[in-house]
Amino acid sequence: MHEVLDNKKKTILLGNDAVVRGALESGVQFAATYPGTPASEIGDTFYLIRNANKELKENFHFEYGTNEKVALESAIGANFSGLKTMMSMKHFGVNVAADSLLPLFYTGVPNGMVLAISDDPGCFSSAQSEQNSRAYAYMAHAPMIEPADPQETKDYVKYAYQISEKYNIPVIVRLTTRVSHQRMPVDLDDLKFNKIEADFPKDKPDQFSTMPPYTISQHKELLEKIDKIREQEAEVSEINKMHNEDAGDDMAIIASGVSFHHVMEAQKFMGLNIPVLKLGWFYPLPEKKIKEVLSKFKKILVVEELEDYVEKEVKILAKDYDVEILGKEYLPTAGEIRPENVIEALGSFYPPKKLEVLEEEKELAKRFPGFCPGCPYWFLFNTVKQVAPKNTVFGGDIGCYMMAYFPPFKLQDYLFSMGSGIGIGHGVKKSLNLSGNNQKVIAFIGDSTFFHAGIPALVNCVENKSNPLIIIMDNSITAMTGHQPRPGIDKEPNIEKIVSGIGVKNLKVIDPINQEELKETIKDFLNKEEVSVIISRRCCKFAK
Amino acid sequence: MNNFNLIISGVGGQGTITLLKVIGRAALLQGLDFKSSELHGLSQRGGSVKTHIRIGENISSPLIIPGETDLIIGLEPQEALRTKSFAGKKTVFLINEKVIPVQGKEVDKSEIEKWIKKIPGEVKLINAFSITQEKLKNSLYSGIFLLGYAVHNKLIPLSIDSVKKALEETIKPDYIEENLKALDLAKGF
Ligand SMILES: Cc1ncc(C[n+]2csc(CCOP(=O)(O)OP(=O)(O)O)c2C)c(N)n1
Repeated sequence: MHEVLDNKKKTILLGNDAVVRGALESGVQFAATYPGTPASEIGDTFYLIRNANKELKENFHFEYGTNEKVALESAIGANFSGLKTMMSMKHFGVNVAADSLLPLFYTGVPNGMVLAISDDPGCFSSAQSEQNSRAYAYMAHAPMIEPADPQETKDYVKYAYQISEKYNIPVIVRLTTRVSHQRMPVDLDDLKFNKIEADFPKDKPDQFSTMPPYTISQHKELLEKIDKIREQEAEVSEINKMHNEDAGDDMAIIASGVSFHHVMEAQKFMGLNIPVLKLGWFYPLPEKKIKEVLSKFKKILVVEELEDYVEKEVKILAKDYDVEILGKEYLPTAGEIRPENVIEALGSFYPPKKLEVLEEEKELAKRFPGFCPGCPYWFLFNTVKQVAPKNTVFGGDIGCYMMAYFPPFKLQDYLFSMGSGIGIGHGVKKSLNLSGNNQKVIAFIGDSTFFHAGIPALVNCVENKSNPLIIIMDNSITAMTGHQPRPGIDKEPNIEKIVSGIGVKNLKVIDPINQEELKETIKDFLNKEEVSVIISRRCCKFAK
Repeated sequence: MNNFNLIISGVGGQGTITLLKVIGRAALLQGLDFKSSELHGLSQRGGSVKTHIRIGENISSPLIIPGETDLIIGLEPQEALRTKSFAGKKTVFLINEKVIPVQGKEVDKSEIEKWIKKIPGEVKLINAFSITQEKLKNSLYSGIFLLGYAVHNKLIPLSIDSVKKALEETIKPDYIEENLKALDLAKGF
């Protein structure tokens, strides 16, 4: 049995599993996601346990969506129809879902809805950017709370459902890698199950439509709702908590997320006892609570990961007080914050304490991430490397195949976001064609990524007439994020039907171990006047 | 008690997460606090993996302060060496001797040995790979074997009973017996 279903009083949970447990203790009925690390295990655990017992089978539904926007929309539909819902995704997913995310806060939700979003400061499992998703709280007027560890994660998810139900608004629980992938003992309460009884309400026709001029009044109502949540919840909530309250002299710290624990650890190490306001609420910010702290101290150090959103807010609040606000001049904006960063920062105000560390072996060979033994991509990239003309432009995309960037292959000239290998590849090839340059373009894309965002990009190639060679790597699975199923997996292979349905004429399905056939086809397709597609089909060894 | 800081380092796929789960469960059974930090996704793909584990009372950060590590279990020598930036003079290194080559690089064993000799604290080089391969016909038990070694030699504040119980509660039933054997096997070393 998965530990997330333990009926003990206490068990050790991964942060992401604590999200699942919190949702199950709140009686969640419908959960959707699209995989993405560091949020992947939220969906994976829901998937693993969805049929684990009779109660779950009867009262709970989980699904992997085609992409984050679709997964969110699915959760919205379920919520509007009467179900308690959860949607989870990694930070980049929020960008994809954003188009539906913003109106969602305008309409609000008739039932509890929590969104779990995990950011990745330090880019441990993400390539594209060090996105700070807290900015979406401002843009969408999304209530957002930030737990620091698995116990808090479970508690905050339950609290988020309460706020959501009370104010009819979705609540975002914002995690980071070090919270999602942290384990600790977590106190457990009973699981709750609510019978699924769906009925889409038709009595208030305007409720779920954002249509001007109604949109503007919805915007206004949303702003009022946020003010109310600030006054009635954030200002009085125990998740904003003062620690070491009676200690210290003229300095205090304001910290959020896992940085709070690094602050406490650094203090222990340095023998300090500085008061710390731990902020659980990020948006709306408990302004009065912060002002209380500002009135008592001369110096405040704000410790938060990535961009200085809290620091900026605190600086505005501080203008009526005789207090200095410090932050990013002592702590990094890029990269994660670790205990040693806090130790160094505090060393500017208190007696510094040096770390006694052994010297690293500089000559030690670096291990690059690479393809598993037996991975079908070995065959594919080997062949491509052999036959593609030297100045071919290689379009990368998001998946295991982006490891072709590393030696020995080094087959990646650009990398952006899911589906962009084809999107950008079209722009490159079109421009080359316009100038009569015969340089070739090969864009790689995985099967899951093809369904996620590749299809519109391929349609664009056909409609706007360019001719890159697109290689769809069908390994039957979403490998990189932990081997989740991809759409259509239990049906006939359907990718070629989609591709030819779009109007692609140069199309071949090849098993990459047939290297001769692959070679000849690449050579042939690189000289076609219209877009061409090779579906390189061989299962990942983790695909069932 | 002082909080106990452990790093398990290895190459993706060597089973560090299972080890971490067993250790966490054992700590919980002994009524100790526990926190750990691990990485998933890209970081796992055949690359270096380092997990931080902390056992004790009222643990704050899931990350160990550089220099404050009590024990490093290196499932591979180069990966053990890679954690030096977290080790101090008193850190104990427990290292599986078996080298996993880095892609595209010749293994220079004498160089690795030279680097290991430079470690100022206690170093235990154990051929867990060969021992488990020979006695259990499966070197995948190297990690559990090394954990057993650490427990039997009191390099870690966990009792063998709690580790065994934790193992039974954590691992799939089919594999429990062999894992218990690996733990016991470590007793004589
Ligand atoms: C918008 C967004 N969602 C999710 C992810 C996380 N992610 C990284 S790789 C990947 C998909 C990989 O699947 P596939 O394209 O089939 O390639 P494979 O890993 O199987 O080679 C995903 C979903 C992301 N980077 N961006």
